[in-house]
Order: sequence, then structure tokens, then C-alpha cells
Amino acid sequence: MVFIPKRALANDAAIDRAKTGVNVGFILSLLGSLTGLLLSLSIVLSGHSLHVALPQTTPLGVMAFTIDQLSAFFLGTGSFLGAAISLYSLGYTPEYFHKRHVGLFILLYNTLFLTLDVLLSASNFVLFLFAWEVMSLTIYFLIVFEHDHAASRRAGFLYVVMSHIGTAILTVMILILFVQTGSFDFTILRNGSHHITLTLKSVIFLCTFAGFGIKAGIVPLHIWLPEAHPATPSNISALMSGVIIKTGIYGIVRVLFDLLGPGPMWWGILVLAVAVVSAVLGVLYALMEHDLKRLLAYHSIENIGIILMGVGAALLFNSTGNKTVAALALIAGLYHVLNHATFKGLLFLGAGSVVRATNTRNIEELGGLARKLPWTSAFFLVGAVAISALPPLNGFISEWLTFQALLLGFTSADLIVKLAVPVTVALLALTGALAAACFVKAYGITFLGMPRSSAADKAHESPRTMLAAMGVLALGCVVLGAIPGIALSALNPLSGSLLGVPMTNAVSLAGPTMMLSASPSTSMAPVLMLALLAGFAGLPIVAGLVMGGRLRSRIAKTWVCGIETLRPRMQYTATGFSKPIRLIFSAIYRARHEIEISEDVSPYFKPEIRYEVTMEHVFEEKLYKPAMRGVLSVARFGRRLQTGHIQSYLAYIFIILIVLLWATG
Amino acid sequence: MQNILTNALLLILQLAITILTAPLIAGIIKKTKARIQNRRGPSILQPYADLTKLLKKEVVISENASWLFSFTPYLLIASTLVIVLLVPTVYAPLPFHWIGDIIAVAYFLALGRFFLALAGLDAASGFGGLGSSREMSIASIVEPAMMLSIFAVAVTAGSTNLSIVVRSLSTTPASIFNPSHILAFVALFIVTIAETGRIPVDNPETHLELTMIHEAMILEYSGRYLAFIEWAAQMKMVVFLSLLVNLFFPIGLATELSPAALGISVVAFVGKMTILAVGIALVESTNAKLRLFRVPDLLMTAFILALLSLILYFIIGA
Repeated sequence: MVFIPKRALANDAAIDRAKTGVNVGFILSLLGSLTGLLLSLSIVLSGHSLHVALPQTTPLGVMAFTIDQLSAFFLGTGSFLGAAISLYSLGYTPEYFHKRHVGLFILLYNTLFLTLDVLLSASNFVLFLFAWEVMSLTIYFLIVFEHDHAASRRAGFLYVVMSHIGTAILTVMILILFVQTGSFDFTILRNGSHHITLTLKSVIFLCTFAGFGIKAGIVPLHIWLPEAHPATPSNISALMSGVIIKTGIYGIVRVLFDLLGPGPMWWGILVLAVAVVSAVLGVLYALMEHDLKRLLAYHSIENIGIILMGVGAALLFNSTGNKTVAALALIAGLYHVLNHATFKGLLFLGAGSVVRATNTRNIEELGGLARKLPWTSAFFLVGAVAISALPPLNGFISEWLTFQALLLGFTSADLIVKLAVPVTVALLALTGALAAACFVKAYGITFLGMPRSSAADKAHESPRTMLAAMGVLALGCVVLGAIPGIALSALNPLSGSLLGVPMTNAVSLAGPTMMLSASPSTSMAPVLMLALLAGFAGLPIVAGLVMGGRLRSRIAKTWVCGIETLRPRMQYTATGFSKPIRLIFSAIYRARHEIEISEDVSPYFKPEIRYEVTMEHVFEEKLYKPAMRGVLSVARFGRRLQTGHIQSYLAYIFIILIVLLWATG
Repeated sequence: MQNILTNALLLILQLAITILTAPLIAGIIKKTKARIQNRRGPSILQPYADLTKLLKKEVVISENASWLFSFTPYLLIASTLVIVLLVPTVYAPLPFHWIGDIIAVAYFLALGRFFLALAGLDAASGFGGLGSSREMSIASIVEPAMMLSIFAVAVTAGSTNLSIVVRSLSTTPASIFNPSHILAFVALFIVTIAETGRIPVDNPETHLELTMIHEAMILEYSGRYLAFIEWAAQMKMVVFLSLLVNLFFPIGLATELSPAALGISVVAFVGKMTILAVGIALVESTNAKLRLFRVPDLLMTAFILALLSLILYFIIGA
């Protein structure tokens, strides 16, 4: 835990204003993250856990840390992204110099890292919950950091409400575990959990899934996420989407696999069902979004769904006793955690670079940025290809593993599994295809074509530290895709130990080739694909030279049916681009159109047409609004009790006293 | 040493068959359509002449386009050739069959489409955007339908590796007559029509903005780049036809290396491909192009059929 004092130091330094503060603060958090990365790598490679118990300072003796394989994996993921984001922040934060209290920002930023590290390395639930709560509050302050925007305040409120509902549910779960085993300590819980009755285990499962699910952003508990992610500065968005929401996944895996052990089959089915709905709805809403950061936020919901498909399949196959496939599914889910952290971090940093250059998040006002921001656009493209699960980048590998785990699950005898698995496969395939469509829109409208506004026309490339950070993550997308052995060396033993089959290699490696122990004839060699792709690109060059000599090219105007000049407004818009999908899935979107045409001279000459589309978000309309009305009406009823007269309060006290005497006597 | 030589020869055979016969298949379809419509039509070798001509012509690049516009044709050819290495034509298993499987094939197709759709938006033309938007929307249903229909066949062999699947199917021909296979075949046939931009989904011969999809997307391409894109599209057609042929009728496919077996296999392959090509021409000639927003209904049918075939397999087994 060498890196925590350093971060504390960073907090002090942040009190100094402006540039030195930024430099010291972020360089120290960069060093802290690198130390964290090294620490988790050494734990992963050595295979030994690290235990640290600080001298007893509290009555419960809670300051005990254990970094085991699971902690090390999440800590490593967080530190890797954290290092890149700290580097990025060096160049990004000066934007706020004259607008905000940068020192406060650095304090919150480093506190967030500190709580994240404590959370992931805590070895008991008291410390865990403490870190969890401080982390949630830190995030709240970061969301409302730009507090003069009403949207930020609203997002912050929504976040803090949802987050506390989550903490309340988690507290129930932890207390049930405490009552049953008499301890908050993970080791004792792990050994004592098999005495718990199945009914109580199922209650614990539901609390775990709902409580951590709120943080992870599963549908229908996701409503805070698309509001909160765009409201924060972009480096924090990257951190939240890449790492913080994954703490929900960490909690789910920690409790359900490490502490509880196999449960009944419906656990897995429920997780799969929620995962599928999250993935499909996440990507469908993302397609309709034209705010670049909200679009990315909806993709976080989608990717949490994909991660949970792996986790849910692992739960399902673990309960049917198919441990090898369960291990494969868990590897797939956790691999996607790492991959999503890499490419979503990259995409949010890219979005930050775009917003910094153009001052808008609305992609309908962008365009042509590939020329203005060449590096940002190249890195964003890598992220877009990776998130669309296209080979040979990292998103493809984890989705491939998820597909394989699901397809190998058909050996189960139960009808419900036989139905659930193909449907999940189908919807995973649909999600992948829709994500590709969404990123063609996001990248194409933002970076290609002509600038749609003067802000986009005048955009300038970001400073080098920001570009370097994006470059590191883009390289991460390529390396994690081409050389899956890096992640698998950590994930094979991890998934084996979580499922109680320590020496199984669910995905084995022979040279560059991944092979599945559950299906020996299925294999994949991503690095060779990358090499072949590069090699085959040479073939058309040669063919062209042989058949027609050197390539001759000419720059000319785009063909627009003979109109003299092409104007930016003649281009396809993001709304237009996603319209066919809106029509295909109209049953889900329930879109309302409003068309307003003003007529001045004659019906044939229309000076102005206003077109507006609004989407109905099913869960907000059908679940949250009625619930909110219910809470408000209860509150209105409660208000009647608050008369403001002292004698009525005395009467209340008297009545309660009588009731208590009666109840206890 | 001999092993390496055999593998190299097989590799060249596999690449050559697809690269060189791709324009021929396009020619056969065109000729058949013409004959059905009582026209003489161009020679079946015409696509070769078109490609050679285009390869020699200069490329016109829009002033608004970025590097992506020039990069895409090369990437498209490269990703198509990776696919060609994974989809058996006349012999299974292919030398490099272990580097990827059907999921890789589907996603490499998606990779090419992703960049082509981006290139459509690159020139700032309304047509390109229109084509890209339609292509990606249609693909979002077609791609899962394709994967599911092949999964339904693949699970019978217990692997998603196409060479292994095709080999195991050709050694146990009885498994071909399976209700889930029939559903999967129908689904994959619809997918083929959609993926290769044929009537009733798209019309490869139109440049009318109301109806065109693929052609709108590549409208800005000319000269050598257009040749690459056309060639890649023709190879994609061969890939889909060989998937249909080898997954559902693998009779005659060579599974051992002898001149006789390979000879029979090549003849059988050419015969089956021609029958399918004529079949596609028949579908194109006897159907009207669907209105754009009726297309999803057809594609959803394919998607549901493919899902049913997978569920059917899971429930009743082989």
C-alpha cells in the first residue's frame, strides 16, 4: 500500500493553486497508479495474496486489507486506466483554470482513487462499506463540480438518491451475512456461508445484485448513469465509466462467487435476463443519442450487460455443475471488464478532447474533425472499432469468449436453459451489430464530412499529454486484442479459484492460439489475424501495380447532382442516420414526432421546418414516475403530522411512549 | 517439408478459387437474369473486363474526404481475404483453419462494412450518408441472423470452426436432414440475398436514390478503388455461396488430399455454385424490390427462423 501516502501528499499539494498544483497532483496520482499497477501485476504473477492489517485503531479492528487475485485484477485494471487518465488530466485540467477551483478538483480526484483502492483491497465489509460510501459522495461532488449547470445539479441529485438506495440494500445484505456468520471478515464469511439456508442465500443474492447493480448501471436501475456521466469533466467520465461502475461488478463477483458459492439455477437466469435487457436497451438508446458523452454513457450500460452475460452464464453453469464452461464464461465477463475499461476510457478521453476543441457535445454541430484533430480522431477510431467488437481488437476477443461460453452451455438438460442460452446468443449478436451501427454514426458524423458549425471549423488539436494518454489506451486496445495471453494468465487462475477448480485452464494458450478446454477444436489466433490483415492489404497494392501501374488520383468536388456548391447542411445528420433503426425498433422507442412547417408566401415555399423527435424511456415513464408520485404523496401525508405546534409534538412523544410501554410490557 | 508444401499449395488453391472465380459468379448471375428477361446480356466474362478497366483508371477523391476514404478499399480487400482463408470451398480442413471461426468471419465482414459505411460519410455527400445509414440498419438484423443460422449448424459438430464443422458434416451426411438445418438454410439464404445487396433487399443495378443502399454508400468511389470494392463484393458473394453449399450440401467435398478427391470436389463445387447462382438470379427476376421499410420484415423473418433453428437444435438435439 505504498501508493496511498503518496496520494495523500498529492492532496496537500493540490491546495496550491493553478499549474504547479495540477502538475504535482496529477504526476503524483500517475505515480500512484503506476505503483498500483505494478503491485497488482506482482500479485497476479506470483499468485500470492497480500495481507496488511494496520494497528487496531477502531473497536472493530477494521483496517485490514487483503489483495487477492480478484482484487488485484480490478486494482490492476483501475490503475492502468488511472495512470492514463492522470496523464491526460495534466493537459486537460488547465481548461478549468479560470473557471473552477482546480485545487478542489484535484483533491476530489485523488480521494476518488484512494477510496477505490481501499474498496478493492478491503478484507472486511465494514471497511468496504466505508470506502463505498466515501467513494459515492466523492463522485457526487465531482458530478456537481460544474454546479452552475442545472443539468449537473439534477444529475447529482439523481445519483445521490440512487446511490443511497443501493447502499441501503447492500447494508441489509451485509447485516444478514453478519447475523448468519457473526463476522464482517471475508475469510470467515467464505468459510461460514455454507451454513446459510437457501432462502436467506437467495435474499442475499437479490440484495447483492440490486445493490451493486445500481452502481454498475443495470437496466432498470440505470437511470442515474446517462445523466451523471456527461455532467462530469471528461477525465472523470472516463474514470467513472471505465472503473467506478466496475466496482459493482467486483462486488457481484466477490459476494456471489467468492463468498456465497453456487446457488440455484434461477440466479443465473435472472442475471442473464437483466444482462440481455441492459445490453439491448443500452445500445438502442445510444443510437438515438446525439450528445457524444451521453451516447458513450448508454454504451456503458450496454457493456455492463455484456459483462453480466458472462457473469450470469458463469452463475448458471456453476449451478448446473458445468465448471469448465462456467470458468470460461467468468473469464469472458472479467476480460470484458478490462477491455471495456480500456476502450471506453479511450472514447471518453477522445470525447473530452472533442468537447475541449469545439465546446459542444452535440454531434449534429460537429463534422470534419478528422482533419482538425488528426490524432484524437485516429485514437477515437481505434476505440470505436474496439467497442463495436470488431476484430482484431480487444472487444472482439471478450465477446468471442462470451459467445463460446454460451454456445457450449447447450449440454444442460433443463428446458429453461435450452431456451435462455440461444436467446442470449441472439441478443448478444444483435447488440454487437447495433453497436457497430451506432459507432459509424458517432464517428462518421463527428469526425468525417464537413464541419457543421464554426466551432467545429475552428477546432484545434489537444496538448501532447492528452494525446499520449489516448495513445496508450489505443495501444492497450490493440495489445489486449492481439495478445490475449496477457489477460488470460491472470484470468485463468482467478476464475478457477473462484469456482473451486484451481488448476483448470478454461482457455489454454498454444503459442499465439487460444484454445477452449471445453471444445478442443475451437481456437482463435488473434495476432495472426492482425498479421494476415496487414499482409493482405498489400495484395491489392500489388494487383493494382501489376494491372494498371502506379495509382493516379485527382482531387475533385463531391458529386451533388450538379448543384454548384455542397453545403454542410446538405450532409446526412445523426438523426437521419439512425432513423431506419428508429423505425425498425419503433415498438421499443415509442418516438413522438413533431413537425412544424411555417408558411410565408405559398405552400410550395417553406422558409422554416422544425422537426423534433422525443423518445419515451419505458422505465422512467412506467416505473420511476409512478414510484416518485407515490413517495411524494406519502410525503404530503407526512407533512400533515408536522404541524409546527409544540403541543402536538409533545402529544406524539406521549403516544409513542404509551405504545412502547404497551409493546414491551 | 512436404507438409509445408502441401499447405502452401492448398492455401494458394483456396485463395485462387475465390479471387479468380468471384467475377465469374457475378457474370453468371447477370447473364441468367438477362436470359430470363429475354435479353442476350453481356458475356459471363464481362466482370473481368470491367475490373481490369477500372484497375487502370485514375481515382477521383472528394476534396472533403479524409485518409479513411483511401484506406478503406485496402482494408476491405484484406478483411475479405482473411475471411476467404476461413471458409472452406473445395477442401476441409483449410491450412489456417485454427486462426479463427465463424464468429471471426461474421465480425470481419462487419469490419469491412464498418469502414465502408464510414467512407460513405466521408465525402460529405447526402447519398453516401443515406447508403451508410441504410446499410448499417439492415446489417444490424442480418448479421445476427447470419451468426445464428450458422451456429445452428455448428453446434451439431460441437465447434464453431468452419473447417471442422464442414468436415464433420460431410462425413455424416445423415445429419444434414435435420429440421433445424432446413430452417437455418432458409435463414442463411435470405441473409445471403441481403448481405450481397440483391433484390428484393437492394438492387445492384440501380442508381436511383430512393432505392439504392450499397450503391449509394460507394457512390463517391471511382477507378481503382471502385475495382477493389467491386471485387471484394464479388468475393463476399462467393464466401456466402460456399457457406450455403458446404454447410448444407457438403456432398463431394474433398476431406483427403488425393488428385481424384480434389478433382471431384472442384467439379461438385462449381456445379453447386452455379445452381445457387442461377437460383439467386431466379429470385431476383421473379421478385420486385421491397420498399425500404418493408425490408426489415423480411430480415426479421430470417432472424426469427435462425433463432428457432438454434432453439430447435438445443431442444430436440441432433
